[in-house]
Amino acid sequence: MASEELIPHLFRTEFTKITAVLCRLFGIEHMEAAEDIASETFLSALEIWSYKGVPPNPVAWLYTVAKNKAKNLMARNQTFSKKIEPQLKRSSANSEEIEIDLSEKNISDSQLQMLFAICHPSIPAEAQIGLALRVLCGFGIEEIANAFLTNKETINKRLYRAKEKLQQENVQIEFPSEKEINKRLETVLTTLYLLFNEGYYSESQDAVLREDFCLEAMRLSYLLVENETTNQPNVNALLSLMCFHASRFEARKDKNGEPVLYEEQDESLWNKELINKGIYFLNKASTGNEISKYHIEASIAYWHTIKTDTKEKWESILQLYNRLLMIEYSPVVALNRTFALSKTQGKKAAIVEAEKLQLSNNHFYYALLGELYKGIDNMKAKCNFEKAYALAKTQTDKQIIRRNIDALEQV
Amino acid sequence: MKEFVLIFRTSSTPSAPPTKEQAEQMMSSWMNWMGSIAAQDKLASRGSRLGITDSKVVGPGNVVTNGPFTEIKEFINGFMIVKADSIDEAVEFAKECPMVTGGGGKVEVRPAVNPEDNN
Repeated sequence: MASEELIPHLFRTEFTKITAVLCRLFGIEHMEAAEDIASETFLSALEIWSYKGVPPNPVAWLYTVAKNKAKNLMARNQTFSKKIEPQLKRSSANSEEIEIDLSEKNISDSQLQMLFAICHPSIPAEAQIGLALRVLCGFGIEEIANAFLTNKETINKRLYRAKEKLQQENVQIEFPSEKEINKRLETVLTTLYLLFNEGYYSESQDAVLREDFCLEAMRLSYLLVENETTNQPNVNALLSLMCFHASRFEARKDKNGEPVLYEEQDESLWNKELINKGIYFLNKASTGNEISKYHIEASIAYWHTIKTDTKEKWESILQLYNRLLMIEYSPVVALNRTFALSKTQGKKAAIVEAEKLQLSNNHFYYALLGELYKGIDNMKAKCNFEKAYALAKTQTDKQIIRRNIDALEQV
Repeated sequence: MKEFVLIFRTSSTPSAPPTKEQAEQMMSSWMNWMGSIAAQDKLASRGSRLGITDSKVVGPGNVVTNGPFTEIKEFINGFMIVKADSIDEAVEFAKECPMVTGGGGKVEVRPAVNPEDNN
């Protein structure tokens, strides 16, 4: 690989590792210094490799340079030496040399601990996701802004405030205590779940970037599963859910990038390997007594990997949605439940239930009513789709609703 | 939005235990009813079913008796809590309870009293 291809590739994989290790060493208040060193390391690579050629072991080269830059900074800077030296004296009493451990084990430990530090309840979910994308996944500020449909300045401010807050709260980069771990893990899982959804349902046009978000959410969940302490049933359930959803990446877009609805997807494009992984993690999730919302959502996603409609399939999905709603209400789940009801008890029964929901500012609500009235009262169906069209915000949603209105006009 | 407790009073003790199909059917109609209320964001607590065997009644003077007795006309076998704007809305939920539609018993609807309520 030539350096101009290799560097962006290494950046994505190594930037976050260097940042995590250094940040853990420096403390969270110096997150920026850690990021700066990682960035400068890549700048040096860009400069030196372009005229000297790529070294035989590029990763080792990056680590050596990062270590040297870190040591220089510590030697130069009083605040750093004050904070870090006592720690180092504790860990390696005889050594004058500062140890920066970039072993695989220390990298994954540092990343996990950073994940816990970033997913701290003191900062809002949006900021947690932003920080995770930047510091743990190595996305650029512009990419993050693009995904959140906002500008660089907003994201920079958000990340700055979040870092400041973590510092004020004196958040430590460490594993939470055994007593705390389940509660903290809960926040981490929420962030990873939102990060995945950001990619899966984002309104951003950049499809490749969106998939990368999902893959990063999966990679971080996988780190949790790999670690003995955090390999909990709900983590496996979340990872299973992600695998099932990700299995449809190929099928949910046609060759022009237009969305393809589940019903119309070519199931031969579904990724069998990911479906099997999903089943594997769902089985691993079925230990213990707790049934989290991730368990239920993963089970629903599992049923959706079977394309053929059977009574058993939809009855199971309906009951799972019932249970999910009892754990946590959400309008989307209420709508999906009503759709499942139409599959088990027919459209008329589902219309009665749908009318009770009264989600009158939600375009999905009218789209569902439109779908249910199709073939029963096409005038009402069209009328509901038109309401949905007026409320829909994104081009994709409008497109899908338009198709329905057009089809009804031809009846 | 106020909270109302739905108290399930059964009036019949079935002579034979339900078959597997009947039990499943029963379970799914209860789940669908509760799911319907939850879908409207009106479920405050799914409450609990209440067991009959191994139940005791404790009275003044530490008098402990077995009970409730299923031979008596009606006994409470569960409760749940809904959110509703009025008693009438809560009654509408109760009307669709499988216990009512299936004829197995009655649902008592009672407002939960807050300290700030003066009734």
